[in-house]
Amino acid sequence: MSTETEPLLRVRGLTKHFPVREGFRAKGAVRAVDGVDFDVRPGETLGLVGESGCGKTTTGRMLVRLLEPTAGTIEFAGRDITHARRAQLRPLRQDLQIIFQDPYASLNPRHTVGRIVAMPLQVNGINPPGGIKKRVQELLELVGLNPEHYNRYPHEFSGGQRQRIGIARALALRPKLIVADEPVSALDVSIQAQVINLLRDLQRDLDLAFVFIAHDLAVVRHFCHRVAVMYLGTIVEIGDRDDIYTRPQHPYTRALLSAIPDVTTLGPAGRIRLTGDVPTPLNPPSGCRFRTRCWKAQERCATEEPALVTRDGGNQATACHFPESGPIGVVTSEPVEVP
Amino acid sequence: MGRSDSVPSGEPDRPEVPEQRSGEGPYLQVTDLRVRFETEDGVVKAVDGVSFAVERGRTLGIVGESGSGKSVTSLAILGLHNPKRAAISGEISVGGRQLVGMAEEEVRRLRGRDMAMIFQDPLSALHPYYTVGKQIAEAYRVHHPRAGKREARTRAVDMLGRVGIPQPAKRFDQYPHEFSGGMRQRAMIAMALVNDPDLLIADEPTTALDVTVQAQILDLLSDLQEEFRSAIILITHDLGVVSQVADDVLVMYGGRAVERGSVEQVLRRPQHPYTWGLLSSVPSLHGDADADLVPIKGNPPSLINLPSGCAFHPRCRYAGRNGDRSRTEVPELRAAGEAGHLVACHLPAEERTRLYQQDIAQVGVAR
Repeated sequence: MSTETEPLLRVRGLTKHFPVREGFRAKGAVRAVDGVDFDVRPGETLGLVGESGCGKTTTGRMLVRLLEPTAGTIEFAGRDITHARRAQLRPLRQDLQIIFQDPYASLNPRHTVGRIVAMPLQVNGINPPGGIKKRVQELLELVGLNPEHYNRYPHEFSGGQRQRIGIARALALRPKLIVADEPVSALDVSIQAQVINLLRDLQRDLDLAFVFIAHDLAVVRHFCHRVAVMYLGTIVEIGDRDDIYTRPQHPYTRALLSAIPDVTTLGPAGRIRLTGDVPTPLNPPSGCRFRTRCWKAQERCATEEPALVTRDGGNQATACHFPESGPIGVVTSEPVEVP
Repeated sequence: MGRSDSVPSGEPDRPEVPEQRSGEGPYLQVTDLRVRFETEDGVVKAVDGVSFAVERGRTLGIVGESGSGKSVTSLAILGLHNPKRAAISGEISVGGRQLVGMAEEEVRRLRGRDMAMIFQDPLSALHPYYTVGKQIAEAYRVHHPRAGKREARTRAVDMLGRVGIPQPAKRFDQYPHEFSGGMRQRAMIAMALVNDPDLLIADEPTTALDVTVQAQILDLLSDLQEEFRSAIILITHDLGVVSQVADDVLVMYGGRAVERGSVEQVLRRPQHPYTWGLLSSVPSLHGDADADLVPIKGNPPSLINLPSGCAFHPRCRYAGRNGDRSRTEVPELRAAGEAGHLVACHLPAEERTRLYQQDIAQVGVAR
C-alpha cells in the first residue's frame, strides 16, 4: 500500500451518541462511538476489532449511513457524505456496500436468490449488457454458487452458501468499498475458511477496499492490511497488520492478543489476566478509558485523555501515556490484579 | 431417559470400552450411546454409537461442527431428552449408576447434585423474574430439603464469592439483567457448582463472551476443577479453547466419534482427515498470515441421510485411496499407534502418517 494515494474513505472525529431517556427527561447518552479517525485507501482492507460494546458495529453502520452520525465527518472519494440526503446517497450506494453478520436474517425468505441478487441492480435502474439474469448468474458463479440455483429460495441453502448470496448481492453494483460486519462469525470453522478465502480472492481480483469488522483477531489477521483496535468508543491503536500483531504498543492490544486461546499452544498460556468487565459507555472513565483495567495506570491516566499519536515515525499510532515497546509477550511491568 | 431397548440397531454392536488410567476408574463412562429422533422427514441419528470416559479431575473436550451430535450427547448424559421424542440406547454410567433406563425421578435426583450443566447463553438459562441469589439458593434447597432459607442463602453467597463476583452479598439480591455477560456466566457456574457436583458439563460456556472475559471464565473453571476435583466435559467448536483446558479430546462428525485421544495426540499428531481439515482451516495468530486457509470442501452432512460408509467420505481428500471401502463400510474407532489414541479411518496407519507429514504438517496451525 503506497501512502501517497488519496484515501477512498476519510473519517474524522466520527461520533455517535444514543440519548437515554427516563420518562421525558434526558438521562444522558450512550457514547457508543466517541471521535474516531481513520483512512481507507483504494484496495486496502482495514480491520476494526474490539470486544462487544466497543462501537465497531456502530461505526460500520454510520459509514454506510444506516445510522446518522452525531458529529464528525465521513468523506468518500473526496465528497463529504456525512449528512448526504437519500437522493444524494443513491449514486453513492453503488460504490459503498455492506455485508451483514447473520446470513439468515439478512436475506428475504420470500424472494428467490435471483431476485435478491438482482435487487440492487433494479433499484438503481441498471440494465447490464446481456440482461440482469446473465449478470446475476455471473455473480453467483463469482462467489462459488451454482448459477443454476437462480430460482431457489434462501432456506434451500446452508449458512455458508447464504453468506455467499449476501456477498454476491454486495458485489452486484461493482462497489469500491465494502463494509463487512462479522461476515464469518456465524459460520462453522470449515465453512468460515471457505468464505475467508473467497473474500480474499475477491478483494485481490476486484481491487476492493474493505472495512472488516470482527471480534476474532485471528480472522482479521488473515484478511486485513491494517488494523484498528477499539475500546469503549475510541480507537486505542491503529497500524499495519504486522506491527499490531507482533509489536503492539497499547496494553489493551497486548491483553486482547494474549487472551485468545490459540490452538498452537497447548495448556494455559502465559496470559495477561484482565480483571473486571468493560465499563458502561453511559459513563466512561475519565482520562484513558482503559485505565480501570490497565496494570500500568498512573494518576495521569485518570486526568488526561491520551491522544492517538505515532511514535518513531512509523505507521503505528497508539493512544497511551505509557505505551509498550518491543515484541509481543514482553510487558515492561507485571500486570497486577486491579480490584 | 425412558426407553432403553426399543431401538433397532442397524450395524452390529461394537461396544468399545475405553481403557482406564487410574485405579479408581472413570467417573463417567459412556458406551455405545445412540440417540435417535423420529421426525416427519425420517429418523435423525443424532448420536450413533459413541463411547468415552472421563475421570475425576480431568477435562474432556468434545469438538465438532453444528450437527455433529456433541450437544445431544451431553443432554443424553443429563437425561434431558424427552423420552417420548428421543430413543436412547447404550450405557451411561455416572459414578457407577446406570442412567439409561433409570426412572426419571431418580435421574432428577442425580441431576444438579451429582452432575450439573453450564449452558452457552446465561441470559436465557437464568430466570429474569427471580433474583440471581434466589435461583442459586433454590438449586441448593432442592437437593438439601432440610436446609433452611438462611443456610441456603449463606451457601449461595459463598458460591457467588467463589466464582469471583465482587460484593456477593449485595449481588445476591440483584436480577440477571443487572449482571454483565461475564458476571451472568459466573453466576451460572455458581449455580451449577452449588451442590458440589462430581460431573460438570459445559456446553459452549464461553462462546457468547468476549475474549478477555472468556480467558477469565476458562481460568475459573480450571481453578474450580482443582478445588472440587470434578470431571468436566467441555463442548465447543473452538479448537483454541480445547487446547487451553482439555486433557483429552473427542472429535465428532455426523453423530459418530472419528478421533479420540489426549490433547497432545489429537491436536499435535492428529490421525483423522477431518481433524486435519479442522486444524488447517482455523486461522491462527502465528504462521504466515498471507497463506490461504485450507478449508474442508462441501458442507456438514444431514443426519437424516448420512453418507454411506465413512460419513466424511464426500468431503475427504483421501477417500478414493481405498477403492470403495470408505463408501461402503463404516470405519470402526481403532487404536492408532500410541496408547489411548483412537481413530476411525480406513487409511492404513503408515499411509496416514505419511499423508499428514506430506500435506498437513506444513499448513495452518498444524505446523
